[in-house]
Amino acid sequence: MSEWPLPVDPEALGVYVHVPFCRRRCDYCAFATYVDRDHLMADYVGALRRELAAALDAGRLQPARAVYVGGGTPSRLAAEELASVLAAIPRQPGAEVSVECNPEDVTPARLAVYRQAGVTRVSLGAQAVAPHVLASLGRHHRFEEVVAAAEALREAGLASWNLDLIFGAAAETDRDWVRALEAALELEPPHVSAYALTVEPGTPLAADPTRHPDDDVQARRYRVADAILSAAGYRWEEISNWAMPGHHCLYNNITWWGGDYLGFGAAAHSHRGRARWWNVRRPERYIALVGAGAPVVAGSETLTEAQRAFETLSLSLRTPRGVPAAALPPSEELAGLVEWADGRAVLTVAGRLLASDVSLRVQIPGSGAPVR
Amino acid sequence: MTSAAPPGPVATERIRNFSIISHVDHGKSTLSDRILELTGAVDPRLMREQFLDSMDLERERGITIKAQNVRVRYRDYVLHLIDTPGHVDFGYEVSRSLAACEGAVLLVDASQGIQAQTLANCYQAMEHNLEIVAVLNKIDLPAADPERCAAEIEQVLGIPREEVLRISAKTGEGVEALLDAVVARIPPPVGDPEAALRALIFDSAYDQYRGVVSSVRVVDGTIRAGERLLFMQAGGVYEAEELGVRTPEARPVEALGPGEVGYLIAGIKDVGSARSGETVTSAQRPATEALPGYRDPKPMVFCGLYPMDGDRLPELRDALDRLKLNDASFTYEPESSHALGFGFRCGFLGLLHMEIVRERLEREFDLSLVATAPSVAYRVWLTDGTALDIDNPTDLPDQSRIERIEEPMLAATILTPAEHTGTVMELCQRRRGELQKMEYLSPERVELAYRIPLAEVVVDFFDQLKSRTKGYASLDYEPAGYEAANLVRVEILINHVPVDAFSTIVHRSQAEAYGRRMAERLRQMIPRQLFDVPIQAAIGGRIIARETVKAKRKDVLAKCYGGDVTRKRKLLERQKEGKKRMKSIGRVEVPQEAFISALRMDEG
Ligand SMILES: Nc1nc2c(ncn2[C@@H]2O[C@H](COP(=O)(O)OP(=O)(O)OP(=O)(O)O)[C@@H](O)[C@H]2O)c(=O)[nH]1
Ligand code: SF4
Ligand SMILES: [Mg+2]
Repeated sequence: MSEWPLPVDPEALGVYVHVPFCRRRCDYCAFATYVDRDHLMADYVGALRRELAAALDAGRLQPARAVYVGGGTPSRLAAEELASVLAAIPRQPGAEVSVECNPEDVTPARLAVYRQAGVTRVSLGAQAVAPHVLASLGRHHRFEEVVAAAEALREAGLASWNLDLIFGAAAETDRDWVRALEAALELEPPHVSAYALTVEPGTPLAADPTRHPDDDVQARRYRVADAILSAAGYRWEEISNWAMPGHHCLYNNITWWGGDYLGFGAAAHSHRGRARWWNVRRPERYIALVGAGAPVVAGSETLTEAQRAFETLSLSLRTPRGVPAAALPPSEELAGLVEWADGRAVLTVAGRLLASDVSLRVQIPGSGAPVR
Repeated sequence: MTSAAPPGPVATERIRNFSIISHVDHGKSTLSDRILELTGAVDPRLMREQFLDSMDLERERGITIKAQNVRVRYRDYVLHLIDTPGHVDFGYEVSRSLAACEGAVLLVDASQGIQAQTLANCYQAMEHNLEIVAVLNKIDLPAADPERCAAEIEQVLGIPREEVLRISAKTGEGVEALLDAVVARIPPPVGDPEAALRALIFDSAYDQYRGVVSSVRVVDGTIRAGERLLFMQAGGVYEAEELGVRTPEARPVEALGPGEVGYLIAGIKDVGSARSGETVTSAQRPATEALPGYRDPKPMVFCGLYPMDGDRLPELRDALDRLKLNDASFTYEPESSHALGFGFRCGFLGLLHMEIVRERLEREFDLSLVATAPSVAYRVWLTDGTALDIDNPTDLPDQSRIERIEEPMLAATILTPAEHTGTVMELCQRRRGELQKMEYLSPERVELAYRIPLAEVVVDFFDQLKSRTKGYASLDYEPAGYEAANLVRVEILINHVPVDAFSTIVHRSQAEAYGRRMAERLRQMIPRQLFDVPIQAAIGGRIIARETVKAKRKDVLAKCYGGDVTRKRKLLERQKEGKKRMKSIGRVEVPQEAFISALRMDEG
């Protein structure tokens, strides 16, 4: 049995690579991604390799314990090109390497190249099962493609993989959601992410209030998800994430325990100690700056100790590690939302749904006191 | 320019002091315009309609709020005229103006005839023993009926119809004849130029650079620039830095003699030192007795005023002090509300007055204010036989100590075209009014006198009256004591804790409607908490309405990777800041804006 919650390793470094290309935009999506710039892909890959090489040369990039290629849709890049980017990232032995894929791209041939390139984990964007729910989300694949992709993933013998689901679409009923979970579990994903549909400003979803999710409905669906997944042997590793033992995502855990990670590519964010910085958002700008040997950083921020402590605590609160009990002492209003044991305060299922509100009650300990 | 200020005091027999009074909109300010033109007081290029309505608020609303005095020369005479407001809420401005005059020009719109404030203001002028020059205005209107109106004036006010002048303030017709009548009929002021100085401050305003600027009417003696002056009530001694007359622009003069009206600047920064009603005398040779001064009117409507931004409380206090100088008829004293923080309990002469004061504070002093629901002052008799006047429902003592509650009453006069009598009576009946008198002023017009609770008039009574009579009825009222009534205090409780800003005293018959309205409104405004929050309206311990703000079930951000981490931290930081500004009512956290919007909705 693997340890749970995963122990914090403050030394572990994560590397993130952003791939800002999608075939079509989903109605709820506010990510930095583009559907009309496929012609930039080759240059973009070149720029990524250059940015990575420059960071390595400058001593800013140490061997990573976990690599995550996200997007956008990384699987839209030719497999060899993605492999060439991974080759530019120094890795520790046994490093985790995750790649986000859309179901229609997951073919045995592509997976063979990925494995060769060191990919250990694929995250599959299924989102929903019933066609009317997929349509209500503005997603453009069929669940059959997910089934086929899962089949290919199992065949490929990857160490792990994840299935992404979204609940709370307007067209979805409680029954749809239960069936979606059941159908997903039939595919035996070692890891499941289930996200509450969120209305992001500026998206087609935001423009149509009739499609907005209801908080109470989402709260109910979340409880359903947690119950079904727990019964199937998954353990929650973060508010929207559940894993079979040993199948946690190390890269994500690094971000949740407030570890260091370096982001490469357009719009990628980096965290190192109290420093935060992020790259320019548009890919053509990113390509041009890298081409000119100019910095690609669009903005940066240095947190105060107190800000950092608050960030670390509020992130940790989202995980089964919780926070030191001293940072969240028992109180009447937190009853039922938090459980206190072994000097830790950990969210209950009800508390996970109200994590923002509970975070506001976290007390930042004096300097030197443990925050993790 | 014919109105150049003479070097020294003007002989009293050459002076005429008068106020122009009337019902709202009968044309006082327009007549003032014609007088300014006729006497060449204002450069024609600078002339504009209702020239003396200089406040933005007056121009926007088309009504006079502040009385304005101006000095013009007509033939060999110096005329001081005061243009007064006509609205019932500003009756106090009229009475102060009348105290500085020997005569009044009473305007009556020839298309409307006598209206409620025609009577009220005319009676005031009679009480001051002023010579009244009755004038029918707007004779240019096709609907004007000067014959009928003159007959009405004769019958109701006892002024012979032959003495009633006819003018059009719009075209200027008859205005010269009116000024001749003013000179001929209104007596010159009497006063001894050699006696000890006594001058009445009948208005004051605060100027950012010069301090207090007061309007004065000299009664006895002579006031001279540079002289040391004693302010008899406040007891301060100040030097007359500048003395002048308004023509209407301010022109410095060396001296003002008996009967003269002008302004005085004495470098006073402390607004308490030169209030209207104050008597100014010479510090060298003081008068023995002060002038009668003014009795400040009793406010009728009260509300709490709070700065939207609690840090600006000192600025609000300053603004109130300064405005008070210019408008002595409102009152204020500090109060605090759990929901709204620190502010002032303010008293006003009516709802329009309340609105105007609030708007002046916001505009002239750049403040944003929240007002609690208007209330009247109740007289509460306790079981020990003592009485308390309560203008804030939260001050109401425990029910067990209360013997009975009395509410303020009004003696209301309503003038209406005879055809609308029925609907007006119906309205008054519904508002718990009691008919005292009904009289036909003419076959077409009826005067109704009612005894009616002030609280019933405060809430949209006037609007109702106007809409039921196509705008033809007019209303005047004055306080008429107290009367016991079936009054209850309705409290609004959030999670079982009463919220002071929402408690109110209402007639039993209206309690439930108020309670339901407020509970429903707060349910919409209060953000969901971690637990169910009941919102109740209660009388004593009895719940009369109930709503529930359902517990919040979900607030969490679904995704938290990369850039989300920073986004989430910023969101939480903002929420933490917001939490600091929340008011806690027991365990419930409510943003102040929620209270404000709930109160705002009651204004609309
Ligand atoms: N036709 C016509 N209209 C007039 C005459 N005198 C005034 N008016 C109009 O009546 C309206 C009210 O005039 P004001 O001079 O503001 O009346 P007021 O008595 O000063 O009003 P308050 O100060 O609010 O009491 C304006 O629209 C004027 O133009 C007149 O002789 N003939
Ligand atoms: S696939 Fe993902 S990144 Fe692309 S548009 Fe859809 S949600 Fe956005
Ligand atoms: Mg006017």
